[in-house]
Amino acid sequence: MAQPESERPLTRRIEPVTKSVTAPSTSSIAVARANGGATPRTPLWKKLLRDPQAVVTTGILVVIFALGLLTPLIAPHGPNESVLSMVNAPPGTPGYPLGADESGRDIFSRLLHSINTAAISAILGTGVALIVGITAGLIGGYFGRATRATTEWIFSLIMTFPGLLLLIILMPVTGGDYRATMLIFGVLLAPGIYRIVRNLVLGVKNELYVDAARVSGVGTLRILGRHVLTVVRGPIIIAAAFMVGSTIAVQSGLAFLGVGSLEIPSFGAMISSGFRNLYIAPTQFLWPSLLLGLITASLVLLGNSLRDAFEGSKPKPSKVGAGQRVAEIDAETLAVPPAVLLGVRGLAIAYPTPSGDLIEVVKGVDLDIARGEVLGLVGESGSGKSQTAFATLGVLPNEAVITGGSILFEGRELIGLSDAQMRPLRGKAIAYIPQEPMSNLDPSYRVGSQLVEGVRSALGISKKEAKSRVLALLERCGIADPARTFDSYPHQISGGMAQRVLIAGAVASRPKLLIADEPTTALDVTVQAEILDLLRDLQSELDMAVLIVTHNFGVVADLCDRIAVMRQGRIVETGLAAQIFGDPQHEYTRTLLGAILDESSYRTDPPVTAPTQGGQA
Amino acid sequence: MTLLEIDGLRVAFPGRGFRAAPNEVLHGVSLSVAPGETLGLVGESGSGKTTIGRAVLGLVKPSGGAIRFEGREIGGLQGRARRGLSDDIQVVFQDPYSSLNPSLTIGDTLSEPLIIQGATRRDARARVRTLLDQVGLPSDAVERLPREFSGGQRQRVAIARALGPRPKLIVCDEPVSALDLTTQALVMDLLVDIQRQTGVAYLFVSHDLTVIRHISHRVAVLYRGDLVETGAAVDVTSKPEHPYTRTLLLAAPVADPAEQRRRRDERRATASAGVDR
Repeated sequence: MAQPESERPLTRRIEPVTKSVTAPSTSSIAVARANGGATPRTPLWKKLLRDPQAVVTTGILVVIFALGLLTPLIAPHGPNESVLSMVNAPPGTPGYPLGADESGRDIFSRLLHSINTAAISAILGTGVALIVGITAGLIGGYFGRATRATTEWIFSLIMTFPGLLLLIILMPVTGGDYRATMLIFGVLLAPGIYRIVRNLVLGVKNELYVDAARVSGVGTLRILGRHVLTVVRGPIIIAAAFMVGSTIAVQSGLAFLGVGSLEIPSFGAMISSGFRNLYIAPTQFLWPSLLLGLITASLVLLGNSLRDAFEGSKPKPSKVGAGQRVAEIDAETLAVPPAVLLGVRGLAIAYPTPSGDLIEVVKGVDLDIARGEVLGLVGESGSGKSQTAFATLGVLPNEAVITGGSILFEGRELIGLSDAQMRPLRGKAIAYIPQEPMSNLDPSYRVGSQLVEGVRSALGISKKEAKSRVLALLERCGIADPARTFDSYPHQISGGMAQRVLIAGAVASRPKLLIADEPTTALDVTVQAEILDLLRDLQSELDMAVLIVTHNFGVVADLCDRIAVMRQGRIVETGLAAQIFGDPQHEYTRTLLGAILDESSYRTDPPVTAPTQGGQA
Repeated sequence: MTLLEIDGLRVAFPGRGFRAAPNEVLHGVSLSVAPGETLGLVGESGSGKTTIGRAVLGLVKPSGGAIRFEGREIGGLQGRARRGLSDDIQVVFQDPYSSLNPSLTIGDTLSEPLIIQGATRRDARARVRTLLDQVGLPSDAVERLPREFSGGQRQRVAIARALGPRPKLIVCDEPVSALDLTTQALVMDLLVDIQRQTGVAYLFVSHDLTVIRHISHRVAVLYRGDLVETGAAVDVTSKPEHPYTRTLLLAAPVADPAEQRRRRDERRATASAGVDR
């Protein structure tokens, strides 16, 4: 690798971010905990109060529906009280502030009465949809396969009915009463709610806290009400807000078409009559349209605000390909000895808190890895060890900001490189093995084709060459039947096998540095031992440097030449493996080593023979 | 007298697809737990160790064999009869993040089982305070939500929940696997302390022999749904008889480079000698 850019100044601007590789999840979890862990929750209503959109739309809706409730008091006329002399009276006529319609009925009064019609439609339609949908969703989601299949079938059937048409056809049954129509419409809306609830329940019912409740003797109904429903209520409330809007719209639509009783004042009927008189009295059509539009728009916007409040607002999209975000650094380049393959100096990484401040999770890390050396980066969760590794790979999450330091690979500065500049390094000179092998294989492609793709982009060889190369690598990585694994989908191979596959892919380009993030944590001990053997053999065969991120001192003892112990974003101790294990200097290293359960200690105290049942502690 | 006796337990899960053959994960496992004792159940993924725990808890229906608690068959119990056992058998799960309902406060989570058992709210509150104290959490935890706690603290909450009804047996399903090393040691010490004080028995499921050795009086080793070895913790983990147990022991890396090199060589020698596990 050439190092033409090693002299470029280290001062950089904040750039928009991105990464092309998804950084594994542990990092974001750790950060979420670091940022939000200690802050007490904000109640939902407080979040809504802070959202101007929610406040304004709720205000509008409250005013409109309050007017509806006050109709008997404030409406100057009855909804069907027609005065012949007032036919098509213009707005401003005394007693008829918005004028009168083609039958001489007061438009203002009819508007107020229409609000009530809309409200009743919404309550009936949404109510039925919620009751039917939630009940069926809970039953279909929580109970066995047969029950689910049955409810599923019924709701699929309901969904096949053409809604509006069915409501019109059923007019003789409902007798034209809009309330009956809305009840039926509620049933037609129920599948939407059913789907939401069923899916959420399916996810929740296998949660351990539901199992724990069952073990505690909590009955099924109570589990559903207390543990399941509380979790699913958010999405239901959001869906209900949208559904209220659509019931009102459908009721108006039907009335506009003239379906149902003409006696009932409603926005649809009013718009329809206004339409007929469009050339005689153009404003007649305006009032009900405005009010209907205001109501439905407010409901949709309120629904969006509710969604934001419940689920958090959508992350902002960011530009692809710009590399990691780097804050202005005025770092004096610290001397890195030439034998060093990777030199990290004063690396600092920060994450923004919800309030916009930056919190540093890595606070000035210095690391050196010589060519062909195995370095173990050890620490507990949240110590920043994975973040350090991701920064080296250039795959920090979008919101992360590198606030200082430098990462020199073969003398070349990696911080501030764009994705395009990073690409020739990643996967070639620097390779990566993840913690969760399964989630790093695409489930919809065969294992072989994924490896071939990587090998070809790294080495630029033909497809055929790449395939024979991959087969040889798979065999080298201890896969008994390489051809069969090559043709398998990821779900057809075991976790240990998947890790072998990923190792094969990582070493395909004979990297100079292999970064392994907890490579054996997800594996069984016997498989772990085999994978460690494989890594050790490959390391000496290819003479590559390895950076192993782990919390397991056994893995470190097995593999590493040197160890760096990390705590709360800082390296507290670095040294040869034998030194660290034999004579740890730092207090924290001693604590960590002391916490390792002793090989030779057994439980010696006998079981308590006379159990003091029910005894207080 | 034994507290829990499992005799020839078989568990099969329905196969995938139409009329698929059921998939048996336990092929007749027998073991027992005495009052106040810890039985360590060790095995790798797919060995069926968790399934044994879930069968004892009534979360999985056995397809054969018997599970007796204080001499009474509990394997097939359903509904009300099963719920009656909840003050005797409790559970601590592996994942401290998903084993607590995220929307309930710690106080609600802890008092729920007590109120189900018929305690008044006032008694439940007092008991919750005692429990929090017992697991070393501050009493203001009552008002807080699970997400305000670290993994180790959540696991303490889960232990407190299990202790609530004063059970005779707690099934511990990998309770320390998700925790950091230092936290792990603290939680295990807590479990041992509680056992000494209350005489509760543990069925302790883990994949980690070191953890098992530290906490168990007796150890049972599972391999692919069969019990391959059982005996006193000292015997099983220092002079294992079954080849699989030996493999398991040698596979676990030790935090000592020299000792680990010796062990690695021994393991590779054993493997190349073609000893079937």
